[in-house]
Amino acid sequence: MQRAVFWGVLILVLAALPPVASLLGQAFYIDLVRRIMIFAIAAISLNLILGYGGMVSFGHAAYLGVGGYAVAIFGFYGIDDGFLQWGTAIGASALVALAIGAVSIRTSGVYFIMITLAFTQMLYYLGISIEEYGGDDGIRIKTRSQFPLIDLGDGLQFYYLVLVLMLGALYLTHRIVNSRFGMVLRAARSNEARSRAIGFSPYLYRLAAFVIAGAMGGLAGALLANHTNYLTPDIMHWTRSGEIMFMVILGGMGTSAGPVLGSFALLLLEDILANWRDPRWIGEHWQVILGPLLVLAVLFFRRGLAGLFERRRD
Amino acid sequence: MSFALIFEQLLNGVQLGVMLFLLAAGLTLVLGIMNMVNLAHGSLYMIGAYFAISVGEWSGSYLLGVVAALVGTLLVGMLVEVVALRTLYQRDHLDQVLATFGLILFFNELIAILFGRFALFTSLPSYLQGHIELFSGIRYPLYRAVVIAVGLLTAVLLWYVVTRTRLGMLIRAGASNRTMVSALGVNIRLLYTVVFGFGAALAALAGLMAGQIYTVQPGMGELILIQVFVVIVIGGIGSVRGALVGALIVGIVDTMGRAFLKPMLETVISAAAANTAGPALSSMLIYLLMALVLALRPAGLFSARG
Repeated sequence: MQRAVFWGVLILVLAALPPVASLLGQAFYIDLVRRIMIFAIAAISLNLILGYGGMVSFGHAAYLGVGGYAVAIFGFYGIDDGFLQWGTAIGASALVALAIGAVSIRTSGVYFIMITLAFTQMLYYLGISIEEYGGDDGIRIKTRSQFPLIDLGDGLQFYYLVLVLMLGALYLTHRIVNSRFGMVLRAARSNEARSRAIGFSPYLYRLAAFVIAGAMGGLAGALLANHTNYLTPDIMHWTRSGEIMFMVILGGMGTSAGPVLGSFALLLLEDILANWRDPRWIGEHWQVILGPLLVLAVLFFRRGLAGLFERRRD
Repeated sequence: MSFALIFEQLLNGVQLGVMLFLLAAGLTLVLGIMNMVNLAHGSLYMIGAYFAISVGEWSGSYLLGVVAALVGTLLVGMLVEVVALRTLYQRDHLDQVLATFGLILFFNELIAILFGRFALFTSLPSYLQGHIELFSGIRYPLYRAVVIAVGLLTAVLLWYVVTRTRLGMLIRAGASNRTMVSALGVNIRLLYTVVFGFGAALAALAGLMAGQIYTVQPGMGELILIQVFVVIVIGGIGSVRGALVGALIVGIVDTMGRAFLKPMLETVISAAAANTAGPALSSMLIYLLMALVLALRPAGLFSARG
């Protein structure tokens, strides 16, 4: 019951935001919340492998990057078809996740963290070194992806599309986690030896989850490229991976609402700090405030925001 | 491609390798002994570089800057360990990664507040400038040769400390079984703080030497840190020997790849294609190497516990 109320309120607020914001003359918030929801999709996908699968992937920005570049590169050659662009974004990031996952899931613990980080860094440098697609300076996306019936050039339509996709990602994750497949995934997280003993080898289950998460991350990347109309390799910067991780943790990992709450919390906090005008230095050097806040959150706020709303499921 | 050029690039590779080693040694010890992932290790490297430059400029003495960097970073490292990191040893790797990520944001921004975001430049003292003639016709910058010498000397010293002294014995014992070590009456908390400070000083040594070769600016630590992770993954966690071998491999492969991959590709494919593929491939080379090593030996070349 409580859950139903929570989700109902959340959907209602997000759906009502654009008309209310434009009524108040604060259309800027539509853009901000759209961006936050795009990151929420990335965080939802990371939560699948991090929260439910126990895989501490420090390279989730890689899939944002692959998805974003799929849109940008097609756009560069004048191909604007949305189905082709987004389909490639999802497919290519699933393939990249398959390659990275195949190597890194063989390892665990610290190795896994460092390897996922290193592979993402590799893609980042790849983005920087390919001059044809802008290299360091990035690449401009002249027209947003073209779909029948929906016009992404219209801010409102794009907003509601992102909202629907975010809810879709939440629903998909919910179904996956509660399926037989998700049970095995969670079992392997809480006790690998025991899940082996009853006959499940976790490797393929983990790899499958890793690929699904990568594909969802790719979709978020395609959305992000459309949102900013501009793409630089910075989309794959390792701090981006850290941010997405923080969204999951701040919200509460292994909970369905966690990634959404976390991305709102982190990005709104960043936005507030970065626009701080009095005293001025906070706005300029907001990371000097954010850093210690994050450290404190890790030390003392273990259960995350969702811990305030719902029980952790294991 | 003359022999002299290849030789010079090889030396540059070794020079990058010893820098990576100085960082990897501290990081791998902290990982092996405290089981702690410290992303902020790169920040200590940055702090070392800034200490060296600011004290060096202020006092006019390069050597004073060197001493200040080593001692100052050692103290900063021990302070960070006592204030923030000590509580993280019991936590899982995820918490450690996130908390030290927060520390990175803090340190990078703090340095930006104190010194600005632009790169700092500094000149070498006259006795470190110029070139030396290695053998007929091959000249090499004196400073880079000194960096190599200092790095290799530190490696020998570290080997001596870890394998031949009482402190080293405790370090190795701590890496293999910390409960046992503390049961035998060793003050493990103090040992941890000392090891951490030690690692910080090594990072500072790399940082102060980096000042004249790479750019000194906020965020410089993270650029090299990820390469250091590659070194540790290749070498094996907790192994100083692995860190040395891994660092030299990564340093040489990376430098040689950047220097020679493009001309080599040009002999096989068209110049235009090589122009695109060369830089892309050479920047990916060490990561591909890492994947290869992992496929063959998932625990690295020299695993401390293997």
